[in-house]
Amino acid sequence: MRQADASARPPYSDYCDWLETVRINDLQKKSREAETFFRRTGITFNVYGQKDADERLIPFDLVPRIIDAREWRQLVKGIEQRVKAINAFLHDIYHRQEILRAGRIPEHLISQNAAFLPEMIGVTPPGGVYTHIVGVDLVRTGADEFFVLEDNARTPSGVSYMLENRETMLKMFPELFSRIKVQPISNYPALLRRSLGKCAPARSTGQPTVAVLTPGLHNSAYFEHAFLADQMGAELVEGHDLRVVDGRVAMRTTQGYFPVDVLYRRIDDEFIDPLNFNRDSMLGVPGIMDVYRAGGITLANAPGTGIADDKAIYSYMPDIVEFYTGQASILKNVPTYRCSEPDTLKYVLENLEELVVKEVHGSGGYGMLVGPAASKREITEFRAKLTARPSNYIAQPTLALSTVPVLTRAGLAPRHVDLRPYVLVSPDSIDITPGGLTRVAMKAGSLVVNSSQGGGTKDTWVLEE
Amino acid sequence: MLGKTAGGLFWLSRYLERSENTARLVEAGFRMALTRAAAGEDEWGSVMTTVGCLDAYLAKHETITPNTAFDYLLRDKTNSMSVYSVMRMARDNARATRTALTREVWEAVNDGWMLLKDMLKRPISQTELPAVLASVRQQSALVRGALQGTMLRNDIFSFSRMGALIERADNTARILDVKYYVLLPTGAPVGSSLDNVQWEMILRSASAERSFHWLNPGNASPKAIAEFLILDERMPRSLAFCYDELITCLRCLSKDYGDTRSCHALAEKLEARLTNFTIDDIIDNGLHEFIRDFLRANAALAAQIESDYRFYK
Repeated sequence: MRQADASARPPYSDYCDWLETVRINDLQKKSREAETFFRRTGITFNVYGQKDADERLIPFDLVPRIIDAREWRQLVKGIEQRVKAINAFLHDIYHRQEILRAGRIPEHLISQNAAFLPEMIGVTPPGGVYTHIVGVDLVRTGADEFFVLEDNARTPSGVSYMLENRETMLKMFPELFSRIKVQPISNYPALLRRSLGKCAPARSTGQPTVAVLTPGLHNSAYFEHAFLADQMGAELVEGHDLRVVDGRVAMRTTQGYFPVDVLYRRIDDEFIDPLNFNRDSMLGVPGIMDVYRAGGITLANAPGTGIADDKAIYSYMPDIVEFYTGQASILKNVPTYRCSEPDTLKYVLENLEELVVKEVHGSGGYGMLVGPAASKREITEFRAKLTARPSNYIAQPTLALSTVPVLTRAGLAPRHVDLRPYVLVSPDSIDITPGGLTRVAMKAGSLVVNSSQGGGTKDTWVLEE
Repeated sequence: MLGKTAGGLFWLSRYLERSENTARLVEAGFRMALTRAAAGEDEWGSVMTTVGCLDAYLAKHETITPNTAFDYLLRDKTNSMSVYSVMRMARDNARATRTALTREVWEAVNDGWMLLKDMLKRPISQTELPAVLASVRQQSALVRGALQGTMLRNDIFSFSRMGALIERADNTARILDVKYYVLLPTGAPVGSSLDNVQWEMILRSASAERSFHWLNPGNASPKAIAEFLILDERMPRSLAFCYDELITCLRCLSKDYGDTRSCHALAEKLEARLTNFTIDDIIDNGLHEFIRDFLRANAALAAQIESDYRFYK
């Protein structure tokens, strides 16, 4: 928020002026009000593996993260380029595989990757869109310097927090929003509905029927599934509400089975169809993949998109962007060491104290080592794991992540943040909602922002031009 | 509308109604036990029979004392009929049907759950009991108010209303089922003080004491009480009232959907029994049999609604 000389960075200057007029006590009171609001609304998440655990709140911090319009425009260009490249890559990888033929990516990285779905070979999704919804995780390290951490091309979550955080801020600080002009985000659900509708199968006529597929009440993101269905005016279905009827996927209504055109599924690939993938899955719909391959339904996102946000593929993203767009990647990749390569492994093992090491297939901030923050013992333990299965890991330098203040008991204090803007892709447009979800590490010095590990969220403001 | 959602709304309302009814029964039982110390054990036994959890209680506790009884009825997590369990299920159903509820209804259910969960955390003393029971009833009233005041009158509303009515008719009939003998002419000498207390208990269990006495000043008779709770359409917890409203809901549904289903005929048959019979007919043919038949038919109607509107398959 502040520059080296302690003055406010330009996008924050109006906010800082306002901040000087309020008392910390009042802010803390507002913070408790916000918590009550979240609880009443039921904006909670369940923690896996904790039986009978109460639903938890994700800590919400009421100091906004602010981005100026010019920097945002730059970012949008970079995200658009990246998302276009990802869709072109997915189409290619499931069709002619030109990028492999050109030798830009090693073949085994695809063919031996669990995220690559052979069932998708030769299948073109309706409208040619693979990733209807993308949440690109970024970090800012300096002026106009953003790095992509992850591309989240499967089923990115958290957008309900982006929307509810803004609603909460509007309720708590109306005067701030009349003072500072912030680009609105409230039309995201309408855009999502429209964007999904545009991707309906060619054969469906009239207003497409959209439904949200949730694993159910006990899923950690259930609130978000219900929230999005509600906001879009779509039905919220579970696997057992759906069945294949006359070559269509249909939902059981009080008046019989009714066909669905677009299914926004919040279930992983492997659980979506017990006939085609994981046979034990109770969450999916038997035979849905066959309907999908025959063009009878749109699945958002398409099955098999995980190959594009796989951590082993990540290090090739600059090549991928260049290969499909013919231009250098606007957004930076974090330099990535592939531990599968012996020389690189040696370097990584020698510099564990400086590096962040991640599991190739891990997510949620689990199974990773943050070198500078780790104890000697943690490093030793990790070294053993890494030596045993080098190809299971990648390593990255520790970035100097930007910080934004959070409200603590002792007043304002800086914490590290990342940013996840949400991108909607339809056959003829890419919409990026201004801002996104800012996740914040609530512990001083910590770089882990995942909500499953105690991270919090902030409202994200993109200022009007 | 999804069949599952219709089922969720139906059960959301049933559970809310049930928690309120249980609170009312506990209130009546508590009062009775206070006024007649000797019969305390019997009264708590009959409250638990009415709620349907006496066997489970006896499997867990050897004796019936007021505190273990109302603790079991209100707080016990292993008792699926306790107010705690029932409210939890109500809230789960509300979460599952959130997309069909207005924000007001959702918040009323969620607030109610958070409040009661907190209230039922620790054992309740006899001093605290009245306030806790009042709270349970208040929360249920708040949800009902939010439903009435903010919900669109479409199939969503019909399903949730029907759930409440089926549950309420079931509850009133259960009260009569457990206490029918008090209302029979062959019971203890008419006008004995025992009878008076028992009649009062029945009326209180259905929140009917004020309205009954207002309609029958100084003149309580078992027949009049039975007539009031079974056949009086003005009394919002009578069987006749519930069925009158149920028929209205079913008609709204058939107007919405443009068809009638098996449950329509079933409900009308039951309603006809409540409008064509007098209380004398019912007593002559056996009050207990009538109530037993009604309970069975009411449960059958609920099952028919579930299958006609595809709640589960």
